Amino acid sequence: MKKKISIMLATLMISTMGLSGCGKKAPETGTTGGDVIKIGVFEPMTGANAAGGALEIEGIKLANKLYPEVLGKKVELVLVDNKSDKVEAANAASRLVEKEKVTAIIGSWGSSLSMAAGDIVKKAQIPTMGTSCTNPLVTLGNEYYFRVCFIDPFQGTVMANYAFNTLKAKKVAIVQEVSNDYAIGLAKYFTDSFKKLTGDPNCIVAVTNYNTGDQDFTAQLTNLKAKNPDVIFAPGNFTESALVIRQARQLGIKTPFIGGDTWETPEFITTGKEAVEGATFSTFFATEKPITKESEVFLTAYRKEYNGKEPAAVAALGYDAYIILLDAIKRVGSADSVKLRDELAKTKDFQGAAGVINFDENRNAVKSAVIKQVKDGKFTFKEVIEPVK
Amino acid sequence: MSLDTFLQHLTNGISLGSLYALIAIGYTMVYGILRLINFAHGDIFMMATYFAFYGVTTFMLPWYFSFLIAIILTGALGILIERTAYRPLRGAPKISIMISAIGASFLLENVAIVMFGGRPKPFPTPEIFDKMVQIGNISVQRLTFVIPVVTFVLLYLLLYLINHTKSGMAMRAVSKDYETAGLMGIDVNKTISFTFGIGSMLASVGALLWALKFPSLLPLMGVMPGLKCFIAAVIGGIGNVKGAVIGGFILGIGEIMLVAFFQDLSGYRDAFAFVMLIVILLLKPTGIMGEKISEKV
Repeated sequence: MKKKISIMLATLMISTMGLSGCGKKAPETGTTGGDVIKIGVFEPMTGANAAGGALEIEGIKLANKLYPEVLGKKVELVLVDNKSDKVEAANAASRLVEKEKVTAIIGSWGSSLSMAAGDIVKKAQIPTMGTSCTNPLVTLGNEYYFRVCFIDPFQGTVMANYAFNTLKAKKVAIVQEVSNDYAIGLAKYFTDSFKKLTGDPNCIVAVTNYNTGDQDFTAQLTNLKAKNPDVIFAPGNFTESALVIRQARQLGIKTPFIGGDTWETPEFITTGKEAVEGATFSTFFATEKPITKESEVFLTAYRKEYNGKEPAAVAALGYDAYIILLDAIKRVGSADSVKLRDELAKTKDFQGAAGVINFDENRNAVKSAVIKQVKDGKFTFKEVIEPVK
Repeated sequence: MSLDTFLQHLTNGISLGSLYALIAIGYTMVYGILRLINFAHGDIFMMATYFAFYGVTTFMLPWYFSFLIAIILTGALGILIERTAYRPLRGAPKISIMISAIGASFLLENVAIVMFGGRPKPFPTPEIFDKMVQIGNISVQRLTFVIPVVTFVLLYLLLYLINHTKSGMAMRAVSKDYETAGLMGIDVNKTISFTFGIGSMLASVGALLWALKFPSLLPLMGVMPGLKCFIAAVIGGIGNVKGAVIGGFILGIGEIMLVAFFQDLSGYRDAFAFVMLIVILLLKPTGIMGEKISEKV
């Protein structure tokens, strides 16, 4: 009897392996020929950054729905999950370029994940459009990586100016997610900018670290409480940041918290609840201030598609990444990846939903930033900050 | 460091330590009975929080009811895992059952990812726990007091159960030598299931308190606490319930104090647990309260 069961199990295992191979044997059209153009979507769908990835995918899918074709061919989105993990990100990118043979890639939310894919897309010569990855290292030295968002040297100055000018802060404490390249980069640029503004080399009274996935920050926050800062700058993932602020309020810390664009997800408010009232951060786009005609198109379509929900800034960025790629493909006249890269670099004054896009010499978009604040459990717009020309 | 700050750190440490202690007890009990390190314990912890979450949000049950149901369901889950993954392997070499535990752990994690989704869920925190209490200059959540109290009450009840009741005597007998215990008329299967049930229910209480303190639920949230609580059990002497509690407090308070006194090392706080594991294995491998188990012929 046992032998029969083991033979049955073995046959079952082997047949499942064989059948799973049969699944994706669709005719490989690749980048030349066929009547489908494949665009890879490289986002975190699970893991710590899943919410951010989901928002961007909403924007990308919306754009695909509004503009499903280019050059008479259907545009097919190939989604891969980088699982918010650097190792998985490299694997996911490899799968897109080697197995799926996509023409171009959109992604990712999370600079560490984008950087993990950098070498792979450069070697494969597949142009990649970053959506909300703001660390400058993503595009530096990689002529195949572009992005539709601004970079952290700019974002750091935005919040430093806000802290100094609006909040009149002289002493700032920093709580950073040390395992996240984005958080460290942004903290560094903020520090440089704030030191220059105050002229005081000791204006950063404390720097404390935590890791992705940590849940207990009481020790770090108790130390900070003793240093008595005017403002706390906490760049990091939305879940951890919401818990940081919540625990700070529970410890009796009343200091205002400021942060970066990663905070703008629904989970930030559902996890932080009343504690995150007043939290202020910089981001890419505000629905209260549509910038171009495409913004209106995007907003109307998004509200219709998702039943009146207001889009997050990164959804607009996902949307822009898609349409800027399509526009470049149209100009090239074919799905040739190398020619596409060159054409993308020549983009001038592109009317995106989240603003007008011009690429600088490192393929970063030069755009304005928006400051938002949590008020009454919602993200509300505060002001626009223009980039220094 | 001012006295106030130190006292605040100490309260945080005791709170965290109690949480680790509750979960470590589960590990240690199962090891004591079966000589098995139940790697799935951390994931049972995670499932408990999700049961409570869905009880409150989907079934609209009041929180105390939902917590009770979650504890019972988790106990049942522990017994189910024991029946399907561990009992069939009782005669097999120890390594097979350990691998089965790892398999059960992965299964629970991935089922959770598929069923509950990868995005963090906010755990409902009832008013009664959330209120802040001011003691001098320290500000603490009410929850911070509830946690050590619950831990010690449950510990007392557990020790009473193990040392002064018939079922407890059965558990001790099975942990000494389960074949002989079977010969003496003890229903070994029932005793083992009972142990798993108790261990899982303790883990679920720990899980609910954990989720009240850190209200963000993720399918992989049980991995790090599971590892740390296993280390706590080893530090205290695996197989010894009092040792597990001591180990939990050492780890919890130690972690907080490391960050308190060495701000620059705050990124290394997880590493502290693993360094402690290496230290204890080098200095006293049987743990603080562990006794040497001599092979009697």
